[in-house]
Amino acid sequence: MDNNNYDVIVIGGGPAGLTAGIYLARGKMKTLILNEGTAGGQMVLTHEVANYPGVESISGYQLSNIMKNQAKNFGCVIKSNLKITGLNLESEVKTVEVNNKDIYTAQAVILATGGRSRTLHVPGEDKFKGKGISYCATCDGDFFQDKDIIVVGGGNSALEEAVSLTKYASSVTIVHQFDNFQAFQHAVEEAERNEKISFIMESKIIEFIGEESLEKVVIENQKTKETFEKEINGVFIFIGYEPNTEKFKGIVELNKWNEIVTKNNLETNIPGVFAAGDSIQKRYRQITTAVADGTVAALGAMEYINNLHALVQA
Amino acid sequence: MLHTNLKHVASEQEFNELLQNNENVMVCCGRMGPMCVPVYGVMEEIESEYKHVAFRDLEFDGPHAHVIRSLPECKNFSGLPFTVYFKNGKVVKATSSIQSMEQVTDILNENFGK
Ligand SMILES: Cc1cc2nc3c(=O)[nH]c(=O)nc-3n(C[C@H](O)[C@H](O)[C@H](O)COP(=O)(O)OP(=O)(O)OC[C@H]3O[C@@H](n4cnc5c(N)ncnc54)[C@H](O)[C@@H]3O)c2cc1C
Repeated sequence: MDNNNYDVIVIGGGPAGLTAGIYLARGKMKTLILNEGTAGGQMVLTHEVANYPGVESISGYQLSNIMKNQAKNFGCVIKSNLKITGLNLESEVKTVEVNNKDIYTAQAVILATGGRSRTLHVPGEDKFKGKGISYCATCDGDFFQDKDIIVVGGGNSALEEAVSLTKYASSVTIVHQFDNFQAFQHAVEEAERNEKISFIMESKIIEFIGEESLEKVVIENQKTKETFEKEINGVFIFIGYEPNTEKFKGIVELNKWNEIVTKNNLETNIPGVFAAGDSIQKRYRQITTAVADGTVAALGAMEYINNLHALVQA
Repeated sequence: MLHTNLKHVASEQEFNELLQNNENVMVCCGRMGPMCVPVYGVMEEIESEYKHVAFRDLEFDGPHAHVIRSLPECKNFSGLPFTVYFKNGKVVKATSSIQSMEQVTDILNENFGK
C-alpha cells in the first residue's frame, strides 16, 4: 500500500499532465500520472506540430514520446489506458481508485484531462463509425473518392475540412444546425465558392441508417421539425470539442460548459486540487498553453505541499 | 514504416508465417494518424499482459497491406485503422476506426481468453 502513496497524482497525461509530471518529479515530488487514454493526449492525434517553440516541425506522436520520456527520466510514474473508478478529493489525503481495484493516495491532485471531439449521440452513430462515419478527414478522406458525403458542423474545422474533402468526394453537403456559421468569414467564403459544396442549414442529422455500411441519414429541420431521408456514402462530423470533466461533476466547480473553474494559480475550489490544460475555463487551447498551465499547476501543488509540511512542523 | 514500438509486418511472407506460427494474432493496419495511434498505444500497453497473442502493425500504404485490405471482413470498412484478429489463421473479428482499450480487450478476452 505504501507504494501507492504519492505526493502528487496528476489525472490525465496530455501535454499539461506530462509537463506537470516533469516539473513535479524534477522538484523531487513523488509523482504519479494516471491517464485513461494514450500518453500524449490530443497531441498524439496531431500529424505535424509546427508551432511549438524550439522545434521547427515534429509529429505529435514524437513530441508526446519526448515529453513522456522526460517525465519518466525524472522519476515520474506514468500509467496509461486505465479507468478512474473513484475519487475522493475533498479530504486532506486525496484518493483515486483505478480499475475498481487499485487505490492511490496523494496530498495534492492535478486534473489535466483535456478534451475530445464531440459526437452527435444519435442512433446509428456507433454502428457506422468506420463504416461511413468519420471524425478525421486526413485519415479517411481517400475512402470517399467520387462519393457523396456530408460534413456536419459550422465552425472553422467543419468548413475547412469540407473544402479539403472536395479533393476526393464528388459532392459535399454541409449540414449545420444554425442559420449562420461560426467559422471565420474567409473559410465560409471559400466553401461557398466551391462548386462541389452545398448547404443544408438549420438542420440536424437525427439518425444513421444502413445494413453493413452507412446508406442514408435522416435530417430534421430545426424550425419546422420536418424530416427527410438523404442517401449518402459518408458523413464527417466536426462539431467541436468538449472537456473531459464528467468524473469531476459535483466534486469540483465547473462552469456551464463543464470546464473546470480555477483561480490564478490554477487551484480549484478544493484546497490541494489544481487543474491545467484544455479542461479548464480559458480561451485558447494549444499545446503551448497546456504546457504553461501544467507548469503553473505543478508549482502551485508543490507550494501547497510545502506549506502543509511547514504547518505540521510549526 | 510506422513509428511505433510494436513489431511490424514487413512482407507478405512474414504475414503468412505469423499466422502459421501463432494461434492468436492481432494486426492493426493503419497510418500514423489520429485514429490509428491510440490503437497502437493500446496494443503496446497490453502486449506484456497478453503473452499468448502476437501483436503486429502493418503500414496501410505499404506494398503488403493488401493482405489485410483485401480481406472480405474489411470490405465495408472506410475508417482507419483496419484491425483484424486471427485464430489459427482464420479471421475471428475485424474492426474499423479508433477503438478503446476496453473494446480491444473485450475482443481479445472473448476470442483468445485472458
Ligand atoms: C487534430 C488536432 C490537432 C491539433 N494541432 C495542434 C497544433 O498543431 N498545435 C497546438 O499547439 N495544438 C494543437 N492541438 C491542440 C492541442 O493538442 C491541445 O490543446 C492539447 O493537447 C491540450 O493538452 P491537455 O494536456 O490539456 O489535454 P489532452 O491533450 O486532451 O490530454 C488529456 C489526457 O487526459 C486523458 N483523460 C481524459 N479523461 C481522463 C480521465 N477521466 N482520467 C484520466 N485521464 C483522462 C486523455 O486520454 C488524454 O490522454 C490540436 C488538437 C487536435 C485534436
